[in-house]
Amino acid sequence: MSALYLLIIASLTVALGFLGAFIWSVRKGHYDDDYTPSVRILLDDSEKP
Amino acid sequence: MIMSILTAAEAIPDTRHICYHCGEECRDEVLHADDHDFCCEGCATVYSLLKERDLCRYYAIGGAQGISPDAAFYKGKYDHLDQPEVFAKMVEFTDGRLTTVYWYLPKMHCSSCIWLLEHLYRLNPAVRSSVVNFPEKKVRITFDTPTLHLSELAALLTRIGYEPYLSMDDLSGKKAGKWNRARLYKIGIAGFAFGNIMMLSFPEYFHLGQNTSDQNLRTLFGILNLALSLPVLFYCAADFYKSAWSALKGRYLNIDAPIALALSCVFLISIYQLVTRTGPGYLDSFAGAVFFMLVGRYFQDKTYAGVSFDRDYKSYFPIAISVLNDGSETRKPITDLRKGDRMLVRNEELIPADAVLLSAGAMIDYSFVSGESQPVEKRKGDTVYAGGKQKGAAIELEVLREVSQSYLTQLWNNEAFATEKDDADKSLAARINRYFSMVVLSIAVITFTIWFLVFNNPETAFLAFTTTLLVACPCALLLSSTFTNGNLLSVFSRNRFYPKNASSIERLAHTDAVVFDKTGTITLPDDAEIEFTGEPSTHDELVMIKTLVGQSSHPLSRLIAKHLADVPASRRVLTGFSETSGRGMAAQWGTRIVKVGSACWVGATVPEHNSGQSSRVYVAIDEVVKGYFTIRSKYRPELPETLAALHRAGIRTYLLSGDRSADRNLLAPLFGPEALLLFNQKPEQKLDFVRELQREGRHVLMVGDGLNDAGALRQSDVGLAVSDDINNFSPSCDAIVEGNQLSLLPGYIALARSGQRIIRQSFTISLIYNILGLSFAVTGHLSPVIAAILMPVSSITIVAFTTLASNAAARRYLKN
Repeated sequence: MSALYLLIIASLTVALGFLGAFIWSVRKGHYDDDYTPSVRILLDDSEKP
Repeated sequence: MIMSILTAAEAIPDTRHICYHCGEECRDEVLHADDHDFCCEGCATVYSLLKERDLCRYYAIGGAQGISPDAAFYKGKYDHLDQPEVFAKMVEFTDGRLTTVYWYLPKMHCSSCIWLLEHLYRLNPAVRSSVVNFPEKKVRITFDTPTLHLSELAALLTRIGYEPYLSMDDLSGKKAGKWNRARLYKIGIAGFAFGNIMMLSFPEYFHLGQNTSDQNLRTLFGILNLALSLPVLFYCAADFYKSAWSALKGRYLNIDAPIALALSCVFLISIYQLVTRTGPGYLDSFAGAVFFMLVGRYFQDKTYAGVSFDRDYKSYFPIAISVLNDGSETRKPITDLRKGDRMLVRNEELIPADAVLLSAGAMIDYSFVSGESQPVEKRKGDTVYAGGKQKGAAIELEVLREVSQSYLTQLWNNEAFATEKDDADKSLAARINRYFSMVVLSIAVITFTIWFLVFNNPETAFLAFTTTLLVACPCALLLSSTFTNGNLLSVFSRNRFYPKNASSIERLAHTDAVVFDKTGTITLPDDAEIEFTGEPSTHDELVMIKTLVGQSSHPLSRLIAKHLADVPASRRVLTGFSETSGRGMAAQWGTRIVKVGSACWVGATVPEHNSGQSSRVYVAIDEVVKGYFTIRSKYRPELPETLAALHRAGIRTYLLSGDRSADRNLLAPLFGPEALLLFNQKPEQKLDFVRELQREGRHVLMVGDGLNDAGALRQSDVGLAVSDDINNFSPSCDAIVEGNQLSLLPGYIALARSGQRIIRQSFTISLIYNILGLSFAVTGHLSPVIAAILMPVSSITIVAFTTLASNAAARRYLKN
C-alpha cells in the first residue's frame, strides 16, 4: 500500500495548486467585477467604426 | 458643422423629435447637425466631440442613450482638485508621472457607457487607460500627471456627460469599502479543506483498512485531516468566534454563539479521538459546516453590492465652493470655510454653510431641508441656512458659521443618528435559536449524565455529549434564515426595492404603522393638475402665453407649456424678453406686452383667502390681468389602492408633510377616518412624531424622500427612502424603493411576513433532521459517515426549500 503515500502527495499537490490559483485570481481582482468583462468582450475595438 | 436652431413649432406637428444623443424628446428646441436632432446644446456638443474623435460607434451599440451634460458646469469648477492636499485625497495612486483615480460616475447606465469610458484615451491622449467596474459604477483611470491635470480630467468627464461624484466623504479620507476579498479566500480554503478531508475519510466511511499494516496509513490520514482543518478553525471560522465573543461581552446570546460552541466541541472530540486512536473524528462535518455557512453569508451580502446606504450630509455637499478674495475667485474646500469668507454660489449650487446674503436678492430652494417645494425669496442681509439651493443668477454670501456648526449639521448630530438599530438578538432566527440552544444543551447534559451515572460508561458519555452538539449544530437554522432572507433580498431588488439587510426585512414584516411624507413620495414629480381661472383667452393669447413660457426653464413654466400642449407655439421672435428669477417674465408681442409670473409681477391683487394651497401663475396682457393658472401637485394615481391595501392588512397610515396644508380635504378620505394628517412639520417634529408612535408600541415604517426626513427615517423601525436613482441617494434609511414602485408597498410587507413564515417552516424541517441525528447521538452510535451524510443533506434540503418557497411567495405577492 506504499503507493498510496505517493498518490496522497500527488493529489494534495494538485489540490493545493488549484487553491493557489483561486487565491491568486481573487488577489488579482478577478472577482471584483463579475459583470463588466462579459460586456467588454462583445464591444468592438476597431479604429474605424 | 452647420447647426440651425428652430423652435418646436417649426417642426412638422405630428413627428416627435427624439434627441440623437440622449434619446429624450426635444421639448424646447431642436438642433440639427448631420441629419440628427438634438434636444440641447450640451447633447450636440458631446456628439460633435465624439464625431471629431471617431467615437460615433457609441450610438451603434445596442441600447445606447447618451447623457445630456450638466448645464450647470462652468470653467474652473474643478480647480480645487489641483490643490495638493485635495489631490492627495482624491487619487488612488500617484508617483508624480502617472496617477490613478477610482471615481464614481453615477450616470453610467448602459454598455455603450462602458465602451465610451474605456475609450477616453481617444478624447485625451494623456489618459493611459480607463477600466470600468459597471456594477459599482466606477471607473479607474490612469493618466500622465504633468500633461493632464486632475481638474481637466474631471472636466473632460463632465463634458461628455459623466460628472464624477466627488464629495466631502472622499476628502475626510473615508474610502469606499472594497469588495470583501477576504470572504472569498475563506470560502475557497474551507471548500478545499472540506473536499480533501472528505476524500481522506472515505476509508473510514467504508470500514476499510482493518488489518494492522494499514494503521500507519490511518495515522497519516488522521494527521492530514487535522492539518487541513486547522486553517478552517483559525481562519475561515474566525468570524463566528469573533461575533460570538462580542455578543457574549455584550451579555446576550446571538446565533453565532451556539455555532462557535458546536464547532469547538466537534473539533475537540475529533482531536481526542485521533490522539487516543478511538476513532477518525468528525473533521469532515466540521469543515463542511463552515463551508456551507460561509457560502450562505456570501450570497446574502452579494445582493447589496451597488446600493449605497448610510450617507450623511457630507455626501450631499460639494467638496469646494467658489470664494471671492479681493475680487478674484478661487475654489476652496468647504472644510476650510471660515466665518467672514465671501462665497459665490451659482445656479443650482448647494449652500454649504449658514451665511448672510450680500447680493440684492436670491431665490433659495429648501426642498432638501424642509421639503417645501417652492423656492423662498431672500433679500440682502437675510440669513440663509445651509442646505438651500440657489435658483437663478449667482449670489454672494458671507459665511456666518463653519460647516460643522451649521443648522443642517446640527440636525444630523441628533441622537437618532448616533444609536445603531442593532437588534441582531431580536431577530426571529436568534429568538428561536435561543430556545433551541437551551433544549439541545439540556439534552446533551441529560445524555451525558445518564451514560455517566446510570450506565457508568464515561467514554460513551463523552462521545454522546459531543455528537449531540454536532448533529444539533444550529447551522441548519442559520442557513434557513440566511438563505430565505438572501433570496428575498434578490426578489426585492428585482422588483426595485432595496432593503439594507436581513434585519430590515424582519422589521418590515412587523410593521403596523406607515407614515408618509408628502413631498415627492406620494406626488408625481413632473406632472400636475393645472387649471386656468379668469376670462377665457382667445387662441392668439394662448399662443402668446405658450410661446412665452416656452422660453423659460422654470418648473412652473414647463408645466404650463405641457398643459398647453395642443396650442402651437409661434415662430415669431419675441422682442424685449426678460425674465426675473422667482418673479416672472415679460416680452413684447408686436405692440402688445405679455407678462407671466407672480401676482405682484403682473400687478394683480392677491385675494385674502389664498392661503397658498397651490401655486398660482398670473397672466397679464397689456397690463390687464387676464387670470391665473392654478397648479396643484398631482398624487400618484395608485395611491388610494395602495392605502386601501395597507388598511386591509391592518396597518395604520399617517401623513406628515413639510408643505403647507394643501389638499387636506382630498387626502383625508384616502387615509381613513382614524388617520392623522399633519402639515407644516419641521424635521424635528417628524422625528418626535415617529418616536411617539413607537412609545405606543407601534412598529413604524416611515416613507420619506429627502435629507429633511433623515432624522425620522433613522428613528423609525424601517426607514424607506423613495428615490429614482438608487446610487445617488439615500440618507440613513433601511430600504430604498423606486418612486413608481411605491404601489407595491403592501406586497413588499406581505412578502416580508411570508419570509418569516418560511423561516419557521424550514426550522421545522431542520428539527426533523435533528431529531433523527439525535436518536443516533444520544445512544452513542453516531458514526462519522452518518454525520457526514446527514449534515449536507439537511443543508441542501433547507436551501432548496427556502429558495422554492420564497420564490413562490414572491410570485404570489408581487405579480405585476
